[in-house]
Amino acid sequence: MICVRGLAHRYASTDVLRLPEWRVAQGERWLVLGPSGCGKTTLLHVIAGLVRPTEGEVSVSATDLRKLHGAQLDRWRGATVGIVLQALHLVRHLTVRDNLRLAQYMARAPQDDARIADVLAALGVADKASRRPPDLSEGERQRVAIARAVVNRPKLLLADEPTANLDDAAAAGAVDLLVGQAERHGATLVVATHDARVKQKFERRLELSA
Amino acid sequence: MNLASLSASYLRARPLNTALSLLLLSLGVATIVLLVLVVGQLEERMSRDARGIDLVVGAKGSPMQLILAGIYHADAPTGNIPLAAVQAFRKNRLVRKVIPLALGDGWKGFRIVGAGHEYLEHYGAKPAAGRLWDKPMEVVLGAEVAARTGVGVGARFAGAHGITGQGEEHGAAPYDVVGVLGRTGSVLDRLVLTSVESVWRVHEEEHGPEDEADRKALEEDREVTVLLLQYASPLAAAMLPRQINSQSELQAASPAYETARLFRIVGVGVEAMRAFAIVLIVAAALSVFIALYTALEERRYDLAVMRTLGAAPGRLFGLLIMEGVVLAALGTLIGLALGHALASTLGAWLESQQQYPVTGLAWRAEELWLAAVALGVGLIAALLPAWRAYRTDVSRTLARG
Repeated sequence: MICVRGLAHRYASTDVLRLPEWRVAQGERWLVLGPSGCGKTTLLHVIAGLVRPTEGEVSVSATDLRKLHGAQLDRWRGATVGIVLQALHLVRHLTVRDNLRLAQYMARAPQDDARIADVLAALGVADKASRRPPDLSEGERQRVAIARAVVNRPKLLLADEPTANLDDAAAAGAVDLLVGQAERHGATLVVATHDARVKQKFERRLELSA
Repeated sequence: MNLASLSASYLRARPLNTALSLLLLSLGVATIVLLVLVVGQLEERMSRDARGIDLVVGAKGSPMQLILAGIYHADAPTGNIPLAAVQAFRKNRLVRKVIPLALGDGWKGFRIVGAGHEYLEHYGAKPAAGRLWDKPMEVVLGAEVAARTGVGVGARFAGAHGITGQGEEHGAAPYDVVGVLGRTGSVLDRLVLTSVESVWRVHEEEHGPEDEADRKALEEDREVTVLLLQYASPLAAAMLPRQINSQSELQAASPAYETARLFRIVGVGVEAMRAFAIVLIVAAALSVFIALYTALEERRYDLAVMRTLGAAPGRLFGLLIMEGVVLAALGTLIGLALGHALASTLGAWLESQQQYPVTGLAWRAEELWLAAVALGVGLIAALLPAWRAYRTDVSRTLARG
């Protein structure tokens, strides 16, 4: 599913990420661990095709990301990857339903209200479909962000520090939701975190050092 | 969801900015629309009314006044001229057509014009009801006169002294309405037409049925107010005005020259309003630009998120451009509607003043240009913000927050 070889990324000639080799099989659940600044977020961005690494090979879902250019890469990302961002970044003035519709629209997927209702129901926020993110609780927003990430049935689900601002119970709940949604969609799950509470849920771990 | 509905949702999310941009743009567009409509319709009407009339001859005075009174019936005449002048021009080889008019009276704010049938033929007017006059004291009403007074064939009324009909009534010499003209879109619509003899008779009646000698004297003094001339050859343009103006009692004025002069005078005001409207539109463009540009900062995460969802940079560029264009399109539509509404209001007021009619229901080709320019302004104002959106560095933006 994910195959990384000889990966290095630099910002202003400082190494922010080094990863000689990493292989992830389809359907696996991985935890990327390490202290702040070790390149966890950068790694997620690299395998999502949001940033081109300075060096190395990255192929995801049998696609060599170096061979995709410009809008091809964006289209590939829309069709393949779902991302839950650390700060969630829901669009504030759009309703929950429209936030999911935005995901379908931007990924050029058909706009399917039934699918949206289904995903929201699976995450227990069906009744919030017409609300806007500022009206929701933090936990509800997290569920909506996960819903937005899976609405296009991605093969790869990425989550960046999904438990950063949550208490123990909520953190466990968020991880369960991610795992559950990954299983439901048969997606490979990669979670980047420095949160020790999450560790026991994952067998496979990638430790990055600063 | 599509680019238009998404950009509309962003515009709704900042109502004050959007309202300000719309207000400035629509006011600018409305001002220009109003100018285009009023000036265009006025020029069109004035040139239609003056078509085929090369020279207006009347008593000495202001040439512009002579034109305004003689062709447009919008000013008091400069005075009267002897009837003998008509005969002289009819014999003149440089003149193809002479239309003498006798002015002086009015009825309910409309002017009563004594003329020959050739005056009606000149404007292609035909009776829509009844017939044309064939005896003195018979009148034909212009279409608008009939419509506004509600008077029709068979009615009888007395004219009043003074061209607006506000003066003393000529009760002793009433007119019979024998016809109503079809609408011509010319000045005739606003006139009450009769024979020149009627106008003479009304004024002679004033003096009472005195003896035969007095009546003869009055008849010898008969006058008309203006003559509308059409040249027989280009040579006339070079010779006639000079000839006439060198005579002590007559004055000749060229409608083409005088209306051009009038529009030059009015044109200063029109240009000032146009400049003001352009300032408004430029301010609207700045407002659109500033709104989009400042909003970029708070939207940088939204834009980055759209990229993570699979949007190509071109889509973000399109989104911002669309916001500018949607704003401009809305502003243009509101401006067009407002401009036409203002023109209608002005038209209704002018009509109540029995002035030149202006309608808000007509469209002019210039408005298409105006709409295109306004859309272009929105597009240009959105270009730089759109370029910034295009260049969004997703990874860095997300790494920051």
